[in-house]
Amino acid sequence: MEIAFVLEKFVFITVIFALSLVVAMYSTLAERKIAAFLQDRVGPNRAGPGGMFQPLADGVKMFLKEEIIPTQSSKFLFIAGPSLAILTACIGSAVIPWGQDMVLFGRTIALQATDINVGILYIFGVVSLGVYGVMIGGWASNNKFSLMGAIRAASQNISYEIPMGLSIIALLLLTNSLSLKDIAEQQHGFNWNVFYQPVGFLIFLICSFAETNRTPFDLPECETELVGGYHTEYSSMKLGFYLFAEYINMFVSSAVMATLYFGGYNYPGMDFVNSLIGPTWGPLLGMGVLFLKIFAFIFFFMWVRWTIPRFRYDQLMNLGWKVLIPLAIANIVLTGVVIALVNKF
Amino acid sequence: MEALSNRKKVLEQKPMNFWERIYLPAIFQGMAITFRHMFKKKETIYYPEVQREFSENWRGMHSLKRDEDGRERCTACGLCALSCPAEAITMVAAERKKGEEALYREEKYAAVYEINMLRCIFCGLCEEACPKEAIYLDGPIVPSDYLRKDFIYGKDKLVEQPFNSKV
Repeated sequence: MEIAFVLEKFVFITVIFALSLVVAMYSTLAERKIAAFLQDRVGPNRAGPGGMFQPLADGVKMFLKEEIIPTQSSKFLFIAGPSLAILTACIGSAVIPWGQDMVLFGRTIALQATDINVGILYIFGVVSLGVYGVMIGGWASNNKFSLMGAIRAASQNISYEIPMGLSIIALLLLTNSLSLKDIAEQQHGFNWNVFYQPVGFLIFLICSFAETNRTPFDLPECETELVGGYHTEYSSMKLGFYLFAEYINMFVSSAVMATLYFGGYNYPGMDFVNSLIGPTWGPLLGMGVLFLKIFAFIFFFMWVRWTIPRFRYDQLMNLGWKVLIPLAIANIVLTGVVIALVNKF
Repeated sequence: MEALSNRKKVLEQKPMNFWERIYLPAIFQGMAITFRHMFKKKETIYYPEVQREFSENWRGMHSLKRDEDGRERCTACGLCALSCPAEAITMVAAERKKGEEALYREEKYAAVYEINMLRCIFCGLCEEACPKEAIYLDGPIVPSDYLRKDFIYGKDKLVEQPFNSKV
């Protein structure tokens, strides 16, 4: 392995890592701003111009808060919970292709941390690990509300991972590849998967709301019933980690959705634009387009949060098991039949 | 039996039809409504810079009034302290000395007059009780502070400035 390759990957991974953290940081501001706009308010506007430094102020506040570990808690697990939550949130972005191969200083650089051929499985693995942070934290707190939140998180994630996986299977019938890079390349131009798999996209979207614990599926932390859910006992930066992990999760699942269904870095007329601005700036522009799509999804997440009330627990389970799973299976069957017919004629 | 009012409504609870059961149309409807609100005029009043207009009978911070010659009207009768349901007002009375006629209107005045703004409920009963028209709740919103002792307002904060003061 040559040294330049290692350096190149190191720089790229650092940039992606920093970008996802910054996006998550400013998502907290965006959340409050969007919440305010949807409710005819102005939102935070005192720290810096238009509230630009509000996330920094929040971060400093979080660090300065007193750290409380309940005496009856299991101390090691209590600390392990938020660490695991933020760890699994951060490693999800490793397999997402951010752009086409870029030519820089005569080298071809892949705008992807690693192109493993089971990229989607990796994403699924990481997402299902994410619930362990919540579960361990809720269990270690030794508090019934935390435990209730943790139990809800676990059952909800298990229930919604099934339709999510099934909706992906229908997509895989089309793409014939598990590599996210291949899937992104196949959607070149305007050949996006969402036009072939609208139902699958809808199921995937609903499930990713549930996986990221966002409203209307935020039962693990519903303030009105469970005090704070699994993070009731947490304070200081450990609480900050939990909250931050939610925003990173949102960023990663937005990126996955954009890559799987909305063409990733592809946009109509990209060949023409690439021939115009060359192989260095073309992929970077594609990356910008991908980020625009991600921001659109993040906005959508927040828009939904401030519109729809929370599901009741039995409704949540009914929706997951009695609606989404049959719908996803029907979608697989229908996709298979259509592909078989198309191949035959 | 005859209905007491004509506002009685019989609730109809039909089973939901297909479109209602899949939630999605209702969700899109709701999202359209919230999206429209993004572009509406903001209701926020930027408080310290801009203040909402108070109504005629607004009761804010107290002020101890002076008469037309600039003398304090308060005679330390204690009726305001007596009427105060929150027991927020305390005062110490003193007798007017010779040469102080330009300062105090009556022969007796309040040497110390303190209102605990944390106790005060802004009911306005002191205003009603005052026989000398010396106290009115016509000031602004009482500002916030850090320490409890700073909320006990003395005469320095309560007595209004004379009309022709050279301060």
